[in-house]
Amino acid sequence: MSQPLIRVEKVSKIFKTKDNTVEALKDISLDIEKGDIFGIIGMSGAGKSTLVRCLNFLERPTKGDVFIDGKSLGKMTDRQLRAQRQDVAMIFQHFNLLMQSTVLDNVCFPMRINKVPGHNARKRAMELLKEVGLEDKAKAYPAQLSGGQQQRVAIARALANNPQILLCDEATSALDPKTTGEVLDLLKKINEKHGITIVIITHAMSVVQEICNKVAIIDRGVVAEVGNVLDVFNNPQSDAAMRLVLSSGSGEVPEMKGDHLVRIVFTENSSYEPVVANMVLKFQSPVNIMFANTRDIGGTAQGQMVLQLPDDEALRTQMIQYLKDRKLEVQELSSMKEFEEVNF
Amino acid sequence: MNFINIWNEYSDLLIENTGITLYMVIISTLLAYLIGIPIGICLVITSENGLRPNKFIYRLLDIFVNIIRSIPFLILLVLIMPITKLIVGQTWGPNATIVPLVFAAAPFIARMVESSLVEVDHGVIEAAQSMGATNWTIVWKVMVSEARSSLIIGATIALATILGYSAMAGAVGGQGLGDVAIQYGYYRFQNDLTIVIVIMLVLMVQVMQAFGMWISKKLDKRITK
Repeated sequence: MSQPLIRVEKVSKIFKTKDNTVEALKDISLDIEKGDIFGIIGMSGAGKSTLVRCLNFLERPTKGDVFIDGKSLGKMTDRQLRAQRQDVAMIFQHFNLLMQSTVLDNVCFPMRINKVPGHNARKRAMELLKEVGLEDKAKAYPAQLSGGQQQRVAIARALANNPQILLCDEATSALDPKTTGEVLDLLKKINEKHGITIVIITHAMSVVQEICNKVAIIDRGVVAEVGNVLDVFNNPQSDAAMRLVLSSGSGEVPEMKGDHLVRIVFTENSSYEPVVANMVLKFQSPVNIMFANTRDIGGTAQGQMVLQLPDDEALRTQMIQYLKDRKLEVQELSSMKEFEEVNF
Repeated sequence: MNFINIWNEYSDLLIENTGITLYMVIISTLLAYLIGIPIGICLVITSENGLRPNKFIYRLLDIFVNIIRSIPFLILLVLIMPITKLIVGQTWGPNATIVPLVFAAAPFIARMVESSLVEVDHGVIEAAQSMGATNWTIVWKVMVSEARSSLIIGATIALATILGYSAMAGAVGGQGLGDVAIQYGYYRFQNDLTIVIVIMLVLMVQVMQAFGMWISKKLDKRITK
């Protein structure tokens, strides 16, 4: 296989303040392929914002290196790094537009840095504004726009120099759900139309599920899990992944107390049969439904449910086997209590 | 009314010296900005969270600015007379007043510029960095542009302060309205004339202030109308 577009190699970042040192990233390695929409998810303080800033060296890693297209960022001079950054655009949670400049001037700004002649820059800026649906706002100032519109201006600005990569740092966290959906659709369109690789930093599993194909879960400065979104959702291996999968988008894990909990995942096909009801009828023993929800992941409906099974161990084993026979993903949540103790 | 008589009697003198005052204030402000802006920018970029933190340069400028700012203007005026003589050739008259005015105002303006620029949202600066902007571009195209209305309010305050200083320079033969107030009003006990001059100074400050605020508001696009 060819080299990945972005390779993060053993990156560590240590912040030193007067009286303590914080290790924000610990020996992180990641590969991001060209064309991916790669989600990096974690709770606040997990280090994901620091990680994304290492991808364009806004934060210089304390140890390790980042390679874009095989080129080492760590070995670049300041001048080379600035040139490289025009290939790696970034959008932010709070949009970070020039508030004293018009929308058009904002979109022209990166082209001015790149010394594109004014006339050409304005022409391209108008095309980009058209693409994000804001060509009629060219003369407006950012303060006159809604949050969603401002983020779309930021996206147009990010595309100005034809970057290969777009980094999104909590780009939808300041937006309402409807606007979030619109911005995510726009990002998806950009990924498909221009083949731009997108890296999305978020704390919301729903964002990852909606548009990402790959996901890395960052927990306390390390990569807890990485893989295809569907695999991670269906079969989370780490505690951090399980917490995110069970959290209903808001970052809150529903409270679940008790023993013998299992999590089952339905795919579209398996959701036709009333599996749980049939199981109860067959074994003549009630189960307790602790939690359930359904989500759309990459276009397919995925349901998940947490059940509390009976105390009888033999019966429990039979039930789990019954579920597995129905081609459901089944996981025993022996560590459920641990989740509750972790405060986030 | 007595003031009208005063005005009729001294109008030539007052108009001439208003011109001198405006000349001193405007030239001093321009020159002080020429020195104050680079110092202010240096303070911002070398500070701990700046674009290029440098503790040594920051402390040096910081202390320099504080020292000049703590010297009362009247003392500074006398203190730097040798320098004034070196630059202008004499220690009295409007041009000689400009030297200490610039000396006193530049550090003050440096602080004004510094406080305007540090207010600029760090996120916007980070966005420019992510686009590959040089520090030079960030300072001039991002920070100064974003802070422009705050910088103009600063300039308005600076003008009023320098106007106040220029009146003090009258005490040492600097000419201008302050000089007239002291020579004629104070030494010759013409209180009416002093009051007329005070009214004129108040009006000048009011006009500057209103004009500055108007431009500042006009240029500020953060507020939706």
